Amino acid sequence: MALQSLDILRRSATTTPPPGVRKGVEVAKLIDVSACIGCKACQVACSEWNDIRAEVGSCVGVYDNPTDLSAQAWTVMRFAEHEEKDRLEWLIRKDGCMHCADPGCLKSCPSPGAIIQYANGIVDFHQENCIGCGYCVTGCPFNVPRISKEDSKAYKCSLCSDRVAVGQEPACVKTCPTGAIQFGSKEDMKDYAAERVADLKRRGYEQAGLYDPQGVGGTHVMYVLHHSDRPELYSGLPANPSISPLVSLWKGFAKPLATLALAGVALGSLFHYVTKGPNEVSKEIEDEIEAEDKEGTK
Amino acid sequence: MDNKGTPSVGVKINRRQFFRISAAGVGASSAALVGVMPTAAQAEVRQYKLTRAREVRNTCTYCSVGCGLLMYSLGGGPKNARAEIIHIEGDPDHPVSRGALCPKGAGLLDFIHSPGRLRYPEVREPGSNAWKRISWHEAIERIAKLMKADRDANVVDKNAEGVPVNRWISTAMLTASASSNETGIITQKFMRSLGIVATDAQARVCHGPTVSALASTFGRGAMTNSWVDIKNADFILVMGGNAAEAHPVGFRWAIEAKKQRGAKLVVVDPRFNRTAAVADHYMPIRAGSDIAFLGGVINWLIAHDKIHWDYVKAYTNAAAIVGEGYSFDEGLFSGYDAEKGKYDRASWSYELDAAGNIRTDPTLAHPRCVWNLMKAHYSRYTPEMVTNLTGTPQDGFLKVCELLGETAVPNKVGTILYALGWTQHTVGAQNIRTMAMIQLLLGNIGMPGGGVNALRGHSNIQGLSDLGLLSTALPGYLTLPNEKAHPGFTDYIAKTTPKALREGQFNYWSNTPKFFVSLMKWFWGDKATKDNNWGYDWLPKWDKLYDVLQVTELMHQGKINGFIVQGFNPLASFPDANKVVEAFSKLKYMVIIDPIATETSTFWQNQGESNNVDPAKIQTEVFRLPSTCFAEEDGAIVNSGRWLQWHWKGAEPPGEAKGDQEIIGELFVALRELYRKEGGKVAEPILNLSWPYRDPAAPTPEELAKELNGRALADIPDPKDPTRFLARKGEQLPGFAVLQDDGSTLCANWIFSGCWTQAGNQMARRDNTDTGLGNTPGWAWSWPANRRILYNRASCTPEGKPWDPSRKLIAWNGEKWAGADVPDFKADAAPDSGMGPFIMNPEGIGRLFCVDKLVDGPFPEHYEPMESPLGTNPLHPKVVTSPAVRIFKSDRERLGTHKDFPYVGTTYRLTEHFQFWTKSVRLSAIAQPEQFVEISETLAREKGIAAGDWVKVSSKRGYIKARAVVTKRVKALTVNKQTVHQIGIPLHWGWEGVAKKGFLTNVLPPAVGDCNTQTPEYKAFLVNLQKI
Repeated sequence: MALQSLDILRRSATTTPPPGVRKGVEVAKLIDVSACIGCKACQVACSEWNDIRAEVGSCVGVYDNPTDLSAQAWTVMRFAEHEEKDRLEWLIRKDGCMHCADPGCLKSCPSPGAIIQYANGIVDFHQENCIGCGYCVTGCPFNVPRISKEDSKAYKCSLCSDRVAVGQEPACVKTCPTGAIQFGSKEDMKDYAAERVADLKRRGYEQAGLYDPQGVGGTHVMYVLHHSDRPELYSGLPANPSISPLVSLWKGFAKPLATLALAGVALGSLFHYVTKGPNEVSKEIEDEIEAEDKEGTK
Repeated sequence: MDNKGTPSVGVKINRRQFFRISAAGVGASSAALVGVMPTAAQAEVRQYKLTRAREVRNTCTYCSVGCGLLMYSLGGGPKNARAEIIHIEGDPDHPVSRGALCPKGAGLLDFIHSPGRLRYPEVREPGSNAWKRISWHEAIERIAKLMKADRDANVVDKNAEGVPVNRWISTAMLTASASSNETGIITQKFMRSLGIVATDAQARVCHGPTVSALASTFGRGAMTNSWVDIKNADFILVMGGNAAEAHPVGFRWAIEAKKQRGAKLVVVDPRFNRTAAVADHYMPIRAGSDIAFLGGVINWLIAHDKIHWDYVKAYTNAAAIVGEGYSFDEGLFSGYDAEKGKYDRASWSYELDAAGNIRTDPTLAHPRCVWNLMKAHYSRYTPEMVTNLTGTPQDGFLKVCELLGETAVPNKVGTILYALGWTQHTVGAQNIRTMAMIQLLLGNIGMPGGGVNALRGHSNIQGLSDLGLLSTALPGYLTLPNEKAHPGFTDYIAKTTPKALREGQFNYWSNTPKFFVSLMKWFWGDKATKDNNWGYDWLPKWDKLYDVLQVTELMHQGKINGFIVQGFNPLASFPDANKVVEAFSKLKYMVIIDPIATETSTFWQNQGESNNVDPAKIQTEVFRLPSTCFAEEDGAIVNSGRWLQWHWKGAEPPGEAKGDQEIIGELFVALRELYRKEGGKVAEPILNLSWPYRDPAAPTPEELAKELNGRALADIPDPKDPTRFLARKGEQLPGFAVLQDDGSTLCANWIFSGCWTQAGNQMARRDNTDTGLGNTPGWAWSWPANRRILYNRASCTPEGKPWDPSRKLIAWNGEKWAGADVPDFKADAAPDSGMGPFIMNPEGIGRLFCVDKLVDGPFPEHYEPMESPLGTNPLHPKVVTSPAVRIFKSDRERLGTHKDFPYVGTTYRLTEHFQFWTKSVRLSAIAQPEQFVEISETLAREKGIAAGDWVKVSSKRGYIKARAVVTKRVKALTVNKQTVHQIGIPLHWGWEGVAKKGFLTNVLPPAVGDCNTQTPEYKAFLVNLQKI
């Protein structure tokens, strides 16, 4: 088991009940778009810390570079020019994994242990278990994971789980020059967001608000938006994100199969018992399973 | 399903898991479907990579915010391990940056490890098309011989009048604004001993006008407040700069003011920029019309009585009476000589009484008092005129006036953040002057949350300015002797030591002899004696300003043979780059000292369209010497808030690279040896130079930092108590107050005195305790005397109480001045002493009328850029551009008109890049990979240009090709009844580096500069645009 702060809440393609005794802090990153200058320090700090380097691209006529998320670019700034009633706004949003409470990527992932949700809220990809099927890409309501062309594995922001594990903040948070990115307990971040929203309302942004979409159970990366009624203004941030129907379909299709498999196992066991007699499961294993069962029901 | 035999632990887990999964069904079935069997993998995160890495503190090398760094290196420090820096992040203890770094700082790792780092000395032989690796020994020997031959042939020992001048013009030198103070000061010593006066640092192309403008108004040429202090503002104007873009981490304190105080942030800029993205209001303005805007503000403030009267009457020269000879008419101030293109400034002066004091009229009724002259001067700047000249909508202009006007009361304070958007104009110094006047009228100088905050460029450009690494300067803002004004030591002292212009003033420059003699003791050591006027004659004397435009022109005329370029990329930095290439091609030799490959070092390479030269025809011998970067040295650099911050070496440099101090040391020792052996012309300054370093070929940062502070050469008795001493012989001095003019003290830079005292290295202090209002006097050390907010006496009423009790910085406690900051005042001068808060000015007060301190007028006046889109000046059509501009004939011929080049071009930096370095930094190149220009949607439609298209931008002098960013953030403006389009031109590209190759942006702007400092007019010139 990893560090305590990385207690597992869910593990892809796994139904083993996770350990649940220890209660840690649920963390969150808050991105105050109204204080973001789009300097890309977060992008650079992310690449530096995580030892990833995207290709040197081209200017495509906007400030966005890299122009999209990739296996080597886990967060990118998206710049949108919005003009309304003669007032121009440059809405700059740091895009990347939202660390959903109900993660579509994890739900759709068929490979055990390739995607982990920690008890602190971080959703992390474990490339050693990734089979490169791309279901997480389909499953993500925010279009975040990317499959690497080099190793055919999925990559995305880890919320710097390695830093958080040892008590630090993510690299992007620390480096943010204007304090537009904040990090702390999800509760504190909501309180701080409320202050920011109140300030924005005082400055005339009547629709200012927090983006913590409930369609995915809330997120561990949240935004303060000046126009929370229209998140799509911010380079297409979805208004009501939810897990793709494909994932549900897939689950619907999978469940009967699971039942069938279970029946098969039962049938096999019967034959086994008939032909070989009772299976010799060591006492030790039985005890373990029992103990785990008890934990799991808590 | 069942396993035979005894399962291992791993198998046991597998088995159990699989059983579990099978029983539950869902996961197992899906896993089985895709053919994957469960494994033993656990949820292990990536291991924390710094657990036992060595941590070293440093300071970011890019801009003047001076962010704290934590550098982590592989290897725990044993002799057998060679440290390799593997990660850099912000220092959370740093009072300004608090752990943050901008995109450049966050990518510093790739700077240290850039493929562009130079690893060993090289030479490009005349006519060759390739570098050749040579040894350090060969490099130093060859360079020393070239230098000596040129110096022996061309150094001037005496001028026509027989005055010793010791001037060597035919070799020029540029110094590096990212190098440490210690490198800077040893370079100063080296250069002046040789007689070099054709020298400049990046300040010349950067903040030169800031020093002129602020010193002529307040007495010192530096940012008045500190980065953190911006959080105390109620109103923040960002104009003539783009703080979020160029100084993101410093700008955090503006955001903090917004969050904590509810401050309003307003941006006035030709483009809706990154600062505007988080501003409350944005107003467009035509590049090059700032004085029209700000002059309009002055007019509005006067008309609406938004004046902090108590402040203005007590702390400015509003009441001073100006001499009868002064006038302003039809665009010209009195004293203009049309033939010379210069002003005789004698009439721009105060009327003095018999005792030599300024005559004043405290009632402000006298028609020639500064107040009334100013009122009349700006009465022409009506809101209509402002809109007509600037293109700013009138309601927007009035909004800015109102917000500024709100700070005219004692408990509301506004600040201004500006940078090169004001300096890089022919009226650069006057742009800044106008704002400085506004801040005096509003009572915002000396106040926490106020000031005129010049956001300096390079990480140590402030330090290099402080160290006098400019053509006509010496350390501590002393002037290098001029052959006409200061032929002898007594002339120099007489003319540089001002007399007070009002009774009871501190007039701190009255101490000039102490500063100067202590400096001479540093230069010449025991050889400097009272009998030889402290070696005065050995210093070079200047005849004219050898700024970079002058030097390029002389080079172009074939009058300069050698060029030593230390940490500078002049080919990319100087205006009219095509002319610069031609100039370089005429050099006999060039010496590059740099950590990284620059375009300057490869000016002789053919780069196709962007540098179409024939190497075979270029006979310049080019040496390239690899130097260390910030991470590989100890030393101090000075941030924009005047903090001297010490940094520590984290790793060895790559290959054979050496520190600048060692390179300069080796070169000096080799030259001195040649002079000792062979003799030579004007050898005395070289042979008599004090060079007391333990290893003469490698002076250490500690040795040099201690000299910057100064030490006692004899016991210094305390004049108040003869039984005591201020310092004993050999001790480090406690500060500049102890300096003497009798040769008993040595000090390389009086304003730095206090930085390394008997108590040790004050610059290395790391106590970040907040003593109030964000002041952290225990962190590093700031000049002067660790004062953090300049002129802070003015934060109090004349009676000594804070204007705003909630902003108590210092106050008179009945015996002395004390508080959160060190008083920038005579500590025991009681409020009723009549001493003014601007202690460097002989009048003790701030100058609304700056008398003869600037060459182009005592009041700022709007003049068009040299290339004007209007071709006229609606204020005075006969005087369109500034009459005091210096422009060479050949450069004037290269000016374009609005008929051929109809659009206004303006150049600037992007936050992802720092000048021309970061295109060699992979992480920075990823964030902004390719050259582009910004154009409005209207202009794009007219020209059929879509976002991402290739366009050609041309001026009379050359062209670039770049991608088009088509944006709503640039708008066409209506100016003087015509439509003016502006084109934004980021400046970072060239042919060296890992970013996409591009053109040198500076082929576009003209070679003409600010009237006072010759800082080039990069911010407003004419271009054409076409789709390609």
